[in-house]
Order: sequence, then structure tokens, then C-alpha cells
Amino acid sequence: MSIHATPEYLEALRKSAPMLRVEGLRKSYSTPQGAIPVLCGVDFTLAAGASLALTGESGSGKSTLLHLVGALDDADAGEIFLDGVALTLLSERARAALRREKIGVVFQQFNLIPSLTVAENLGFQARLAGRYDAAWQDELAHRLGLAALAARYPEELSGGQQQRVAIGRALAVRPSLLLADEPTGNLDEATGDNVLALALDLVATTGCAFLMATHSQRLAARLQRRVRLDGGVLAAQ
Amino acid sequence: MNADRPTGSRERLGAAMSRRSALILALSSTSALAQGFGGLGANAPGFKFPQPGTPLVFPKDHGAHPDFRTEWWYVTANLKGTDGASYGVQWTLFRFALEPNSARAGWTDRNVWMAHAAATDAGEHLFAQKFARGGIGLAGVEAAPFRAYIDDWLLETRDDSSGAGIERLRVSAGNGNFAYALDLTATGPIVLQGEGGYSRKSDAGQASYYYSEPFFMTEGSVSIHGRETQVSGRAWMDREWSSQALAADQQGWDWFALHLDGGVKLMLYRMRSVKAAPFFFGNWIDADGATSPLMRDDIAIAPLENMHIADRDTPVRWRVQIKSRGVDVETRPLNPRSWMATEPAYWEGPIFFSGSHKGEGYLEMTGY
Amino acid sequence: MTLLAGLAIATALWSGVQALNAQARNSYDAATAAISGGGGRMLLAARGGLFEQDLFVKLRRAGVEVSPVLEGASRIGDKNIRIVGVEPVSLPRRSPIAHMRKRADILDDFLTGEGRAFASPQTLRRLDLAEGAQPQTERGRRLPPLTALAEAPPGAIVVDIGVAQRLLDRPGKLSRLILADDAALDEARLKRVAGDALRLVAADDDSELARLTDSFHLNLTAFGFLAFLVGLFIVHAAYGLAFEQRLPTLRTLRALGVAAPNLVAAMACEIAAFTFVAGGAGLIGGYAIAQALLPNVARSLESLYGAQISESLTLDARWGLSGLVMAGAGAVLAAASGFAKTMRLPPLSVARPIAWRAAHHRYLRRQAAFATIALVAAICAYDFGKGLASGFAVIGFSLLAAALFLPVALAGFLALSENLAHRPLARWFFADGRQEISGLSLALMALLVALAANIGVGGMVEGFRQTFTRWLDARLVAEVYFEAATPADARDIEAWARGQPDISAILPVWRAKTRIDGWPIEIVGMTAHETYSAHFPLIEATPDVWTALHAQDAVLVSEQLARRLGVGLGSALDIPTSRRDWRARVVGIFPDYGNPKGQLRVDHEELKRYFDDASGVHYGLRVSPDATARFIDNMQRRFDGAIARILDQSELKSMSTEIFERTFAVTAALNTLTLIVSGVALFASLLTLSDMRQARIAPVWALGATRRELAALEMIRVVAFAAGAAILATPLGLFMTWCLVAIVNVAAFGWRLPFQMFPTQWLMVFLIALCAAILAALIPVARLARAAPTELLKVFSNER
Repeated sequence: MSIHATPEYLEALRKSAPMLRVEGLRKSYSTPQGAIPVLCGVDFTLAAGASLALTGESGSGKSTLLHLVGALDDADAGEIFLDGVALTLLSERARAALRREKIGVVFQQFNLIPSLTVAENLGFQARLAGRYDAAWQDELAHRLGLAALAARYPEELSGGQQQRVAIGRALAVRPSLLLADEPTGNLDEATGDNVLALALDLVATTGCAFLMATHSQRLAARLQRRVRLDGGVLAAQ
Repeated sequence: MNADRPTGSRERLGAAMSRRSALILALSSTSALAQGFGGLGANAPGFKFPQPGTPLVFPKDHGAHPDFRTEWWYVTANLKGTDGASYGVQWTLFRFALEPNSARAGWTDRNVWMAHAAATDAGEHLFAQKFARGGIGLAGVEAAPFRAYIDDWLLETRDDSSGAGIERLRVSAGNGNFAYALDLTATGPIVLQGEGGYSRKSDAGQASYYYSEPFFMTEGSVSIHGRETQVSGRAWMDREWSSQALAADQQGWDWFALHLDGGVKLMLYRMRSVKAAPFFFGNWIDADGATSPLMRDDIAIAPLENMHIADRDTPVRWRVQIKSRGVDVETRPLNPRSWMATEPAYWEGPIFFSGSHKGEGYLEMTGY
Repeated sequence: MTLLAGLAIATALWSGVQALNAQARNSYDAATAAISGGGGRMLLAARGGLFEQDLFVKLRRAGVEVSPVLEGASRIGDKNIRIVGVEPVSLPRRSPIAHMRKRADILDDFLTGEGRAFASPQTLRRLDLAEGAQPQTERGRRLPPLTALAEAPPGAIVVDIGVAQRLLDRPGKLSRLILADDAALDEARLKRVAGDALRLVAADDDSELARLTDSFHLNLTAFGFLAFLVGLFIVHAAYGLAFEQRLPTLRTLRALGVAAPNLVAAMACEIAAFTFVAGGAGLIGGYAIAQALLPNVARSLESLYGAQISESLTLDARWGLSGLVMAGAGAVLAAASGFAKTMRLPPLSVARPIAWRAAHHRYLRRQAAFATIALVAAICAYDFGKGLASGFAVIGFSLLAAALFLPVALAGFLALSENLAHRPLARWFFADGRQEISGLSLALMALLVALAANIGVGGMVEGFRQTFTRWLDARLVAEVYFEAATPADARDIEAWARGQPDISAILPVWRAKTRIDGWPIEIVGMTAHETYSAHFPLIEATPDVWTALHAQDAVLVSEQLARRLGVGLGSALDIPTSRRDWRARVVGIFPDYGNPKGQLRVDHEELKRYFDDASGVHYGLRVSPDATARFIDNMQRRFDGAIARILDQSELKSMSTEIFERTFAVTAALNTLTLIVSGVALFASLLTLSDMRQARIAPVWALGATRRELAALEMIRVVAFAAGAAILATPLGLFMTWCLVAIVNVAAFGWRLPFQMFPTQWLMVFLIALCAAILAALIPVARLARAAPTELLKVFSNER
């Protein structure tokens, strides 16, 4: 057995590598008027514990990039490595497993499951991934200010509360990567700031990589790095 | 009747039975027979035909003759009511054999009976018609005591009669709108028409048996729309039977039965043909029953005035002349609308006449 | 689209059934009216059966214008026909047949020579005979040459009255007199002329067929209505969905200042347009359904009631109009809630997130409330009366109650399961299922109703089949049954049969007809024999029933007649006979399934004594079984034309069974159609819901479930729902069977069948429900399983 193959070595390698690496990513959408290129060769990396704000005009491809990184959609070309794993090589089943185990997603519309309680929503992905940790969830609930609302249903919550549940759900699984697509788009400014602060706080605690798409320069400024998506390519800010 | 038109069975029956049609039948040419009326138009084998020199035997011949094809009993009456108004009454029963040997048991009997009845006054002419199959007791004629019936219409010997003839009869008919019941009492003899009842109708040998009783005095009641009036007057009965059919070119006829003041009876008719000039025939019957045939040149009958009745122009006033007898009269109807909308339809009603002679009678007009 | 389809299907089923009923009723009317003309009045024998021709002559001689008719059943080959004797010369002008008077050739032929036998072209086709043919009847009488006459009533052969008397062996007898249009006749005058021998009836009252077949048609109507209801469920569901989808547009329009009444008016116009399009399509479909089912209905009616139905469908404007009205009513009913909501819609409204849970609870409470109301209505209907209508009302309301309760039950079941489930996907499955109930509920309710109807009707039919077969076995004991051509022939055959070694008993089964309370009744004679005393099935009887029956003044009464007359064991019954009323004691009640008429069984000698016109031509023979075939052969060779019909036991049984099968074929067909409609409803609902489903499923998918997993769950859910409906349908169906057996059948036919259960049928229905659900879910689920990620991602798209 070569030294290179020892688990210790692999673990060390993984830690030293970036959590997310995106290389030459291309994506276009076919329309009746022909293919419209959205991403024309996007490259970036994101280390564990780092946070990156993705800005750009409406329709510039922020959501598309997020979906590709979140293993929700397939790229036309290029590769995404998440924790060292190349996404294009994965089967549908493996991608689903990757999504539930390694990725947390927060959407603009929260997308909670209306038929489940706050507590059930919080634990849904973690249970799905088989990584439910009651203590961690309690802590999350507590830190997100949801402890008193555990038995409520999403429709009984305010927008800010719902988004906090969504963030809690995404982090309950202790993901390697947290993706957020305009997480405060449906919230007023104060609530949005508050929610983002909580998210950043928790990201720091878990040490996951955090990629957030937003059109707000003010929110983007609160992350460690910022890139701008324009004409299908990234430009550093 | 318009013979050019294809006729329905019932109309054909009707044509054949219209009383005077037998006369016309007698006049029809054999070639016309060949034109094919179907059953009744042809000389159907199996039926009997009148033979000259056969004496009529009464009362037997008052009854039905099922060996012959057509036969009728026909009564018309000119009446005066106690209310001073004039009335007329018609009672007719026809028999048609559909096949030879028509008298059979029950429903297999092949006679169809038809009857027309009418009551007329100056304002109304009400009529009805009945049909019945023979063989089961709905209709029929028995010779002695004389009894002719169809449903509840009767022409029969009166209870107070002792004889086996037709001297004392009672006639009744009606429907919901009209009714009449008259006693008929003969004041003169039966008149045999033609040669002792053998009435020759054409040179081709067609003929019928034909006798009349034109001398009835009558009284009874007539009810029109529920208004009953006691009436009295004169009546005329005709009897005829034969087996021969109509002419194809025959258009219609105008027939008069006239009671002249003084007791003379006069029978006249004009037959209209689509091909030939009208044909006239008549019989002068003295008050004692003696008859004298009237030659065609002796008779002139012409319409004076038409009226639009039942959608057609019908003559309502006539000039009737018999030169040898000095008769020159004008007739007028009691009711010009004496239209019989029966099957077939024709005009028949009481008339009055004046001029050289005065009197009353009945007029029948067909084919208008 | 679903809306149109639903409305069209509902209208099609309803109008199809209506078309069948109308067709049948028209044919009955035509059968009566073809002779007498519509309306008018007629005279019938006061005691039922035939009367003497003398009465006709008497009436005519009294000036009453009547025309005689003699009708009777006969057979040509193996086809039943009605011989109708008319008298053309006196037929009232209104009679369609009287038109023949206008045609000289026809009338001449009819009344001369051997006459003519008129039959409609359809009847000729059915008999497979050409014009001019002169077939023989079962009595060996030769018909006059057949002639096609369009006006002849269906299934009848019209001959001269005298010919009919000969063909039917009824010299000097008539069955009715038609009064001329203006004939004046009142009861007093009738009594003066004809005594109490005749009774005056309106021609419409006479339609015995209409009376006898009423229950049959009510059955059809009920099923048509059931199908219509199922269709309405679809329409309602589709409209509700469409309404929800356009609610934002409506809000906007209201905000722009459009008045609510204007909106409703516009929507009403739209509904009217829908009604015309869907109603029109429905009418076409209804016509097709009627066309397809008509031959079967016609044969059922013929074999059950001897009714001849014209098989060429003719429909009038009224039928089309009623179909459109039903479609319109259905559409309005379905759209009413939408209209009401629009009227209440505030011009400005905050787009609140839809409070699903609260709405769900409101929805369940409302369903439960309505279910309770329907249940109370069902109970009321049951208490209210025992008639046919109330029977159907009980069934209808309990189906409705169960249907309304179904979502509540499903929600309860899902809530319970959710609590028991641990795996997150399972919990989501149950929780989400509850949310889906309201969307699928109407389709599920329709499925429930259809399944329950299937179980209910299936159980009734199967129960009937078994009872009927057992009963036939007990009832048909004699080995040979024959009908002689004439009573004289019967005597000859009887005399010969006495000398035959193979014969152990000759059982005359003479028949007479009468009427009690206007109801047609057959009276059948029985001799004292082991055939009866050991086998003849009785429901109730006095201990010495057979001795009593043959002693004096005793009768057995058929179950339906006993029920109708309200008589029981020991009751005295006054039976109108040829002479006077005969008072007899009821000593037994016997089942007489399938007989629309009432039946009395009396001692053979008493039958002969009381009924002059008893037809003495029917016989049963006990023959040693192995000699039966040879014996029949012998008998046929020897008597030939003297035998109108001869059958062995098995032939008779198979004939009876065949009639039975046909009777329920239509019911089964409608049942199947109803099930198909509910399947379509389920499919349509799933299809329209599938867009909504994506919004629910996408987040779960995003959180790490595979599409295939989710599709499988979707399928399982639909199947589970259908299974739930099927499980609930079973007790409901059993209840329906009970209602049919204990209320509807008793009211409709007068007999009560034992209540039986058929678990294999339930299993079948259960499987059918699952199959229907799988079929219905297949396309939407497959669509989900193969959905491109982009499809699902649209859910998250911010620019949505």
C-alpha cells in the first residue's frame, strides 16, 4: 500500500483542497429563437469556511450557476468539484445523496413544506440524509429564535421566521456547502439583514463554504469575497 | 265524379253507390269498362246481371240482392214544419259486394254497407255518414217485414202495418247535431221503372233493376241542433241494384225528383261527359202511377246561376223544360249550401220550382 | 378541457339513457296509437280478458260509434308476434292504420280473398320474411300474405278482425273497442247498453306495457342519473380548479373597476357557451350510447314484457332540449360556488399566502357537515316511504353522504399514519397526501360512488342470479312442456299421452286472465301431484297447503301480487271470473321472479269451472328422464301441427336464464360506463393537479430525494387513495345491495330476494379500483419521473 492511499493522507489532501472548485462551466438554454448562452466559462473556487457573494443583473445567470453548483442541473461543459467529487460523474441517485448530505439550499421563496411543522421542516433534510442530530437541531432552533415556534406550521409564521426555518433546515444536515439564492429577496431590509447575520454566524460555526447570489451590493459587502457575473463570465470586484 | 282522377276505393264505392250512378253506369260504354277501375270498374265475373223479362217479386225484392254488386235504398222528403218553415230529409243506404257470393257467415261476409243521412232547412244543412261490414248484424236489409238498418239508422215497417210491403214505413237517422224520425205512408203504387223494372241503361245492354215509390205522404219530427219541429210532407223512395260500373269519361250528373202540384211526379237527369254532349233522360209519372219515358230531345236542363260552395262553382238555380208537356220552370234550393261533404262529396238538397208548374222536389249534383 | 369533457360525458350518459327510455315509451305509445290513434277513449272487458262480439254489435246498433280490435300473442317460428285484428271500415279517422282506406288497392286486398297481413318493414326484417310470404303460426294457422305497411305497429301483424279471430282461435271475441273521435258515450249510457261487461278507459291508461315497464325505465333513469352525478363531480372539480387558477386575473379585473355582477355575467356567458359545446357533444355521445344499448334494451323488454321496441332510434327536439337543459343545470351547479365567490370578491385584496391548514380544516368540517346532512336525508327518505322513488333516494343520499365523508376519512387515516411514520419521506408522504385530498376529492368521490354502485348492483344481480337459478330448478320439474295449437288438439294429445308407458303424469297448466284493481293477472291451474307438493317453491304456506288448494276455494298468490293487493295467508281474495266474483282463501304465497304480471295458482278443476275462456293448451309432462328426447321426437312426428311448441326442461331453463341475463346486461353496461367515467375523472384531476404537484415536490427533490422515488410515492399515494375509496365502497355497496333488494326490487317488481354477499366480487372491484387508479396516474406520474430538472427548477426561479 502506497503512502498516498492512506486515509490520513486523503483527509489531509481534502482539507488542503478548496471545498468547491468550478472549472470552465458553460450552460445555455434552448429557446425557439435558438440557444441562449447563460454561462460562458465560469471558474472559481471556494474554501471551507469561506463565503462568496455572487452579484449580477437580473437574468445574468446567478440562479443557473447556483443550481449547477447545487447538483440540481447539468452543465453543458466544464466541471464542478464538491469536496473533491466531480459532479458530472455522478448518477442521479448519487447526486440526490450528495444534495441531501453535503448541500444546504436556501431559496428566495423559502420553499418550506407546508404540511409539516417547523420542527419537522427543520429536521427534514437531516433525517432524509440520515444525519439527524437532535442536539444540533435544538441549538440551531435556539440560535435562529425558532424554539418557541417548533410546533407551528409554516403558514403561521412571518416571512423572516420562515426564512430562518429554511436556513435552519439547510444547516441541520451540517452541509459542506450552503447555497442561498436571494435569501432576503422576499423580506424587508431589517429582517433581511437580521436573517443574513444569523446565517453568517452559523456558517462560521459549522465551517461550511457559503455561496450567496444577490443583486444587493449592500448584502454582498457582508461576505468575504464578491464576484460579479456579467456576460456569462465572472469578474472580480 | 271525375273519373279521370285515380279514385280511392271508398270514393269508388261512393261513386258507384251514388244512387243515380247506376243510371250512368248503364250508359257507360263497354270500352270505358276496359279502362280499368280495378275490381268495380270491370265487369266482374261471378256477379249476376239484370235480365229483361224477369218480373220483380215483392216483398222479396225489397230485400238485399247479394248476388249483385251494388244496391241502394234511397229516401228523400220535402217537409213543412208546424213553425211554417220548410225542411228536407235524406236517408240513403248502400250495399257493395266486394266479391261475388258476398253473403257469407260472420266477418267473412263480403258486403260493405254505407249510409248517408241529412237534414236541411233554410239555414242549415247537417249530414252524417256511416260504414259497416255485413255479416255480423251491424247493417242489412230484410224483405219481409221490410227492415233496412245500419247501426241505429233505420228504414223499417211500422208497428201498425199489417202488410208485407213498404206501404207503411218509419225512417230515422241522426247524429249529435241532427235527428229525424218520419212515418212514411204510401198513397200510390210502386212504380216499376223501364220495362217492368228492367231499366235499360245503354245500347250495349247494360241495365239495372229499378223501382220507385214516389207517393209517400210523411209526418214526424226533425230536430236541428236540438230544436225539434213537427213536420209533414211528401217523400220519394228509390230502389236499384245492378252489377255494372261507371263510364270513364263521365264527369257528373244533375238529377231531379220533382213533386208537381196535382200529383204528377217527374224524374229527370242530365249526365255530363268530358267527351260528348250532355245526355238527358226522364220519366213522367202520372198521379195514378202510369209512367211515360221522356225522350232526350224533349228535355232541356240548364243552369241559371252558380254559387261558390265547398271551394267550387256549383249551379244553384236551374231552368227545366219538357217541351211535350209544356213544362218550363225555374228551380231554387231551400238551402244552396246543401253540400254533402261525405265520401264521395256531392250536392243534394230540397228545391222549389215555379213557372209553368209549381212544386218541390230534390236535386242531386255530382262532379262539380 | 376537462370541464368540457366532464360535462359532455355527464350529458352523454344522461341523454343516452333518456333516449332509450323515450324510444321505448314511444314504441309503446306507437303500439297503442297505431291502432287507435293517439288519445281518445276505448272500451275493455270489465273483468279483463276478452268479451263477446255481440256487445260490439249492441253498442253500434245503439248508435255508439266504436271499432273492434282483437289482439293476441302468437308465434311465427321462434319469434313472438302480436296479432292485431282491426276493422278498417269503422276505424276512427285518427288511427294511423285508417290511412289504408285512402289506398283502394290496399283496402280491397285487405277485405277480399284471403286478405292481407300488414307488418312494418322492421317487423318483416325481424321475422326474416319477405312480402307475400304466408307463414304459419304456432297454432298451425296460415297467415294471409304479408304486406309491408309503415304504419303497422312494431312487432305486430295487422290483419282483418275476422282473420285475427281465426288465427288466434277466438271466434266471436274481441279485446277492445275504440271509440270514434266524437262518439258520445258516458258511463250511464254504457251501462244501459252493455250492462257492466265493459269499462270505459282513456286510451293512455290502457298502455299496459307502459305500466308494466315503468319500473324498468325508472331503473334506467336512476342509473343514468347516477352517471350524470359522477359526471358532475368532474365538472365541479374542473371548474373549481379553473376558477382558482384565474382568481388573480379576476382580482386584477375587480381592482381595475369591473363590477362583480359584470364579471359574473361574463362568466355566465362563458358557461352558456360551454353548455352548448359540451351539451352538443354530450348529445352526440348520448345518441351513440343509446344506439349501442338499444338492441339489448329492446330484447330485454321484449322477452320480459313482450314489448316491441323499434330499433331504429328516432329522437325529437324535446330530447335534445332536455339534454342541453341538464348540461346547463349541471354547469351552473358546478359553477355556482365560483359565481358566489366572484360576487364576494373584494376589489382590493392583499395577496396573503394561502393558509392551507386552516383551509383544509374548514374544508373537512364542511364535508363532514354536508355528509351529515346527506345522511339525515337518507334516513328521512328511508322513514318516509317504501316506494321506488324513496328507495332510490335512500341510495342516492347515502352514496352522497359516503362520498362527502370520504375526504374526511382519508384525511383522518393519513393523519394517523403520519403520526405512526418515522422516516421523514414517509411523514412527508402522509402529510402531503392530506394536502392533496381536497384536489383529488371530487374525483375520489366519483370513484367511490362508481365502485359502490358496482358492488351494490353486482351483488344484487348476482344474488338474483343464484336465487333465480335455484328457483327455476325447483319450479321447472316436469321434463317436457308443450303448448297445443288448439284446445281440441290438446285433448287429442292428452288422450294419446295417457297410453304412453314413459309418462308418469300429465299436468295440465291451463291459464286464464283476469284483472284485480286494474292489474293484469294470470290464473294458472294445478292438479294434485307430487311434482307440485314436493317441489313447487313457496315462501309462506298454511301447513296443509296442498290439500287445502285442491279442496275448495283456495288460491296460491304470487309474492308480487300478494304485496300489491296487501293480502297474506288466510286472507280472502275476490277474483273476477267469467261469471261472478269468486271468493277464495289465500293458502300460500309463492315466488314468481321475473313475471311482471300477478299470478294466482288454483285447482285445475276450479279454473275450468270459473273461467270459460281459459286457454287449455299448456301442459307439463312427467317423463322418465332417459326417455325424454325419444318421447319428444315421437310426439312431434305424431302431432306435428297440433303442437304449437314443445320444449324440454333444460331448453326452458336456458331460455329463462337468457332472458334474465339480458335484463341486467344494460344495467351492467351502464355500471361499467359509470366506472369508466370515474376513472376519467380521476385521470383528469391528476393531470390538472400535476402542475401544482411539481411545486410541492420540487423542494423535496432539491433537498435530496430522487425523481424516481418521488414518482413512486406519487403513484403509491393515488393507489392508496383509490384503495381507500374501494375499502369504503364495500360496506357502502353492501348497503346499496340491501336497498336494492329490500326496497327497490320490492317496490319495482314486488319480490324480495334473500340478501347475499359475494366477497370475490368485492375483490374484483378492489382490483378494478386499483387498476383504474394506476391507469389514471400513469401519465402524470411518468411525466414527473421523467421531468427535466429545468422543469422542477422553475419552481425556484425568482423571476417566476
